[in-house]
Amino acid sequence: MQVPAFDARIPDGPLAAKWQRHRAEVRLVSPTNKRRYRVIVVGSGLAGAAAAASLAELGYRVDCFTFHDSPRRAHSVAAQGGINAAKNYRNDGDSVERLFRDTIKGGDYRSREANVYRLAEVSNQIIDHCVAQGIPFARDYAGYLDNRSFGGAQVSRTFYARGQTGQQLLLGAYGALSRQVQAGQVRLHTRSEMLDLVVDDGVARGIITRRLTDGQIDRHAADAVVLATGGYSNIYYLSTNALASNVTATYRAYRRGAWFANPSFTQIHPTCIPAVENHQSKLTLMSESLRNDGRIWVPQASGDERPPGEIPEAERDYYLERLYPAFGNLSPRDISSRAAKAVCDEGRGVGPTGQGVYLDFSEAIARLGRRVIRDRYGNLFAMYQRITGEDPWRLPMRIYPAAHYTMGGLWVDYDLMTTVPGLFAIGEANFSDHGANRLGASALMQGLADGYFILPQTLGHYLAGHPPGELRTDGGAFVDAEADVERRLARLVAIGGRTPVETFHRRLGELLSEACGMSRSRAGLEQALAEIPALREQFWNDICVCGGSDEFNVVIEKAGRVADYLEFADVMVRDALAREESCGAHFRTEHQTADGEARRNDAAFAHVATWGFGGDGEPPQRATEPLSFAHVQLAERDYRQ
Amino acid sequence: MNFTLHIWRQPGRNETGAFETHAVTGISPDLSFLEMLDVLNEELVGRGEAPIAFDHDCREGICGSCAMVINGDPHGPLPGTTTCQLYMRHFDDGAEITVEPWRARAFPVLRDLIVDRGALDAIVQAGGYVSVNSGAAPDAHTVTVAKQAADAAFEAAACIGCGACVAACPNGSAMLFTAAKVVQYALLPQGAPERSRRVIGMVETMDAAGFGNCSNHYACVEACPKEIPLYTIARLNREFLGAALGSREFIELERPHAHEE
Amino acid sequence: MNRMLRLFRTSIGSKLLVAATGAALIGFLFVHAAGNLLVLKGADALNGYADWLQGHPLLWGFRAGLLLLFAVHIGVSIRLAHENRAARPHRYRRIARLGSRLPGRLMPVSGGLLLAFLVFHLLHLTVRTVGPMVEPLHDGSGRVDVYGLLVAGFSEPWIAAVYVAAMVLLGLHLVHAIEALFQTLGFNHDSYQPLIRVLGPALALLIAGGFASIPLLVLVGVIGGGS
Repeated sequence: MQVPAFDARIPDGPLAAKWQRHRAEVRLVSPTNKRRYRVIVVGSGLAGAAAAASLAELGYRVDCFTFHDSPRRAHSVAAQGGINAAKNYRNDGDSVERLFRDTIKGGDYRSREANVYRLAEVSNQIIDHCVAQGIPFARDYAGYLDNRSFGGAQVSRTFYARGQTGQQLLLGAYGALSRQVQAGQVRLHTRSEMLDLVVDDGVARGIITRRLTDGQIDRHAADAVVLATGGYSNIYYLSTNALASNVTATYRAYRRGAWFANPSFTQIHPTCIPAVENHQSKLTLMSESLRNDGRIWVPQASGDERPPGEIPEAERDYYLERLYPAFGNLSPRDISSRAAKAVCDEGRGVGPTGQGVYLDFSEAIARLGRRVIRDRYGNLFAMYQRITGEDPWRLPMRIYPAAHYTMGGLWVDYDLMTTVPGLFAIGEANFSDHGANRLGASALMQGLADGYFILPQTLGHYLAGHPPGELRTDGGAFVDAEADVERRLARLVAIGGRTPVETFHRRLGELLSEACGMSRSRAGLEQALAEIPALREQFWNDICVCGGSDEFNVVIEKAGRVADYLEFADVMVRDALAREESCGAHFRTEHQTADGEARRNDAAFAHVATWGFGGDGEPPQRATEPLSFAHVQLAERDYRQ
Repeated sequence: MNFTLHIWRQPGRNETGAFETHAVTGISPDLSFLEMLDVLNEELVGRGEAPIAFDHDCREGICGSCAMVINGDPHGPLPGTTTCQLYMRHFDDGAEITVEPWRARAFPVLRDLIVDRGALDAIVQAGGYVSVNSGAAPDAHTVTVAKQAADAAFEAAACIGCGACVAACPNGSAMLFTAAKVVQYALLPQGAPERSRRVIGMVETMDAAGFGNCSNHYACVEACPKEIPLYTIARLNREFLGAALGSREFIELERPHAHEE
Repeated sequence: MNRMLRLFRTSIGSKLLVAATGAALIGFLFVHAAGNLLVLKGADALNGYADWLQGHPLLWGFRAGLLLLFAVHIGVSIRLAHENRAARPHRYRRIARLGSRLPGRLMPVSGGLLLAFLVFHLLHLTVRTVGPMVEPLHDGSGRVDVYGLLVAGFSEPWIAAVYVAAMVLLGLHLVHAIEALFQTLGFNHDSYQPLIRVLGPALALLIAGGFASIPLLVLVGVIGGGS
């Protein structure tokens, strides 16, 4: 297998001028030629809908695919807290430079300077655009936009729409997409799932989809393919992701030659409602914004089973405030999650399972009054009460970390193109901007930056170099890819076991949470690597898809996704094993300081680890893209002062 | 807890359906309604039977996927709650529970409890947006918006497009859904230039899609999991009548074609 | 003209027609009820008022207008009800909570029965082919003895019962109609909605009660008993 060069093709010049310069230098497609190009966008979340709409606005013809019944259901809808931008509307010293530095540091120096700087730069444009779209952001009495703080930042730069920022931003992008559907520029394919990528002559030519309502397999050709298919945290079974979130599109692209970067960088979100039940299907996130006013604590003594109200102030341990006084309850996600796990491992966890910590609002309610708290978090309080049956106005909330976001994704260059020419990856589906840990309120920022402002420029650059061809779907590559898809579906149908697909998903999730979750060790990872193939084999012998592939069959949809998780898990674990350091969300127990902090190894691991498919039954191949830091000083990530 | 479920089963869009009765036992009160159905489905799969198909995804009440009528109430008996956030502790042990799909001509059943809600997308496509191209916007603080207006717009914008309003309406009307979007933009300065186009396009598309007419029963408001307020429908009426009687757009815009069935 | 045609092809435009004609009919009913209550002042007042109406030069114009109002109100309502039924081809096996929505749900029923009553009412008192007649038909001043007709008619318990029952239906119809009227015309605001909620039923009660009081008072002998 030929290993790509992993040249990110970062423009020359000073950091702050790179994006401007690149935009001035990229090739352009003339307005009349744009309509001769067809682009496939898979996914309709923030990145996908924004890209499909923006490309269509420019004049390209777009096919947009979603496996949901409507683009508006994409999981971006569930993001609660907010979106960062370097507006400095608060006069608190924010700037593009500072947002850039915070994000690089938050990612524990495992992301590209040029990409992150561009993200910070574009952030302001996003807010302008979203306001123009009529998104009802929170405002103050003078009519200006309100801000709040998020983890890992010492300025207030997060714009929000109560606890439903993701929903409102997604509906804005969905509106823009709908407008282009109405204009005939976008063909929308709902309930259509991408099952394979078609690569011909080394170039992405199209995709194979399955229409979920009747199982029809279709071939779609285009001049470029954009994957905006989100992340794969759902591989842990219990996660904050939607149940249908999956790795299939990016994993299938990986099998067709796109390299996968940092697959083990998975973020565990610190503030979720703890699991209580065997049949629980997901963990619900409580927005990180709650940490603006809520204080996190556990009892000082292990095994203290008194109700929270009876534990006096002096016997409480506000451990984040104690350990990280500068950032306190607003410490970054990886740090907060690990700290929560640590106190629970000491036996100081609360709630029926002992897997929980208190998030206490009593002090904030006393200081600000119920009305202010209700305005800020009313819907979150209601949600918590509905799910747990407990009243957060009287009792502190109980929270625990849960798998949430994947920083890893398809490797892309500065233009967001993968190692397969003509195949682009945007939003959570790529690996580009968050390094080893993502800061709160920056996922929405990245998805929209990619979709509205970056891809529409860089895709044009690619297309300008590739004259529009006749789009045919009867070539050998399409026939072969379709046959592969059909064969795989037939294999699933033929199993005829009696075990639900969920059983294997759950087992895989347990295995990965233990071995490749908040903390990882060589022994644990090696054991997982040994267990995964057996689980995979059992899956292919025992499951039941309970029907055919040529009908509306919700089981076969799920089975295909879990089958891909079972293969992808292997790459994830190998990546965690190969990275002999702790950085960001990747915490290897072998690599920690005396007081339990992560110890990076910049000499050996200041790089992006990328993985290439080596063939069925063959181990994947590892390669690296070195990261160089010219603008920021590599430093130990310290949130203590 | 134990329950007896009467669930609508229908193998496909053009096939006839019927109720099926299933007993579920040993259900924890901390399970959500959908998780209870997951338990039933795992049992069905264990017997080699096709599980009950239902739409669901985020399971935190925001994606709008889940859609079922539980004992005659869209999303069940709890106000302001989606099915995924309805917990079994809200039912009596031993209860008989009838589960049906959304019923409306505009929402044909695709399988079991899954219906096609594409008609709601068609309404949005007809104008549920501000037509601003990426890159065209001025600085976000160029225009101020009164907090009250922004808050009210947010309240309307909270709609998750689940279609419970249509399911609850004896006429299968989509007025609350349409009103929520129209009112969001009617309250914001950014929505002003396209105000007439938007409401005309959305209302006429709604009519063409096969939804019924509002006859002011307000069942939609009771069913709405996001508690979109009733005044939005009155406001929609006012917006539409104003545009129809006063705008040039009403004469000039092409009428939408009837929705293909 | 195109504007109006296009408007009335939409759901909201159709409802505007029903609401506007309904509002006019409520006005008519209010005046009608007020006129009827002249019966309390005796035969002379009522017969005089009736005679003035009969001789009014605009009588036929007024009747034509009234006919048009009814025709549009009923015709469009039937069309809407038909469309509404078509929009929900399947019923639910279980229907939860109906309670306060009952008057609304009964609008087609109450409307249909009121139409039947209207025919009966016209046959009874306008065409005068149903119910007991009085001899002579004219009073001492040569005017039609409406007072006598009323007393004779409502002295028949079944006729009085039909009128009272119809007025209960009218009340139900109006309770929903008045609130719906404001909603359809686009008026619903925190500041005056509570007022509409109170004044709507009050007006409905005033109109329906005003009408229904006459047969009831005849039955108990307060009206017509002394003459």
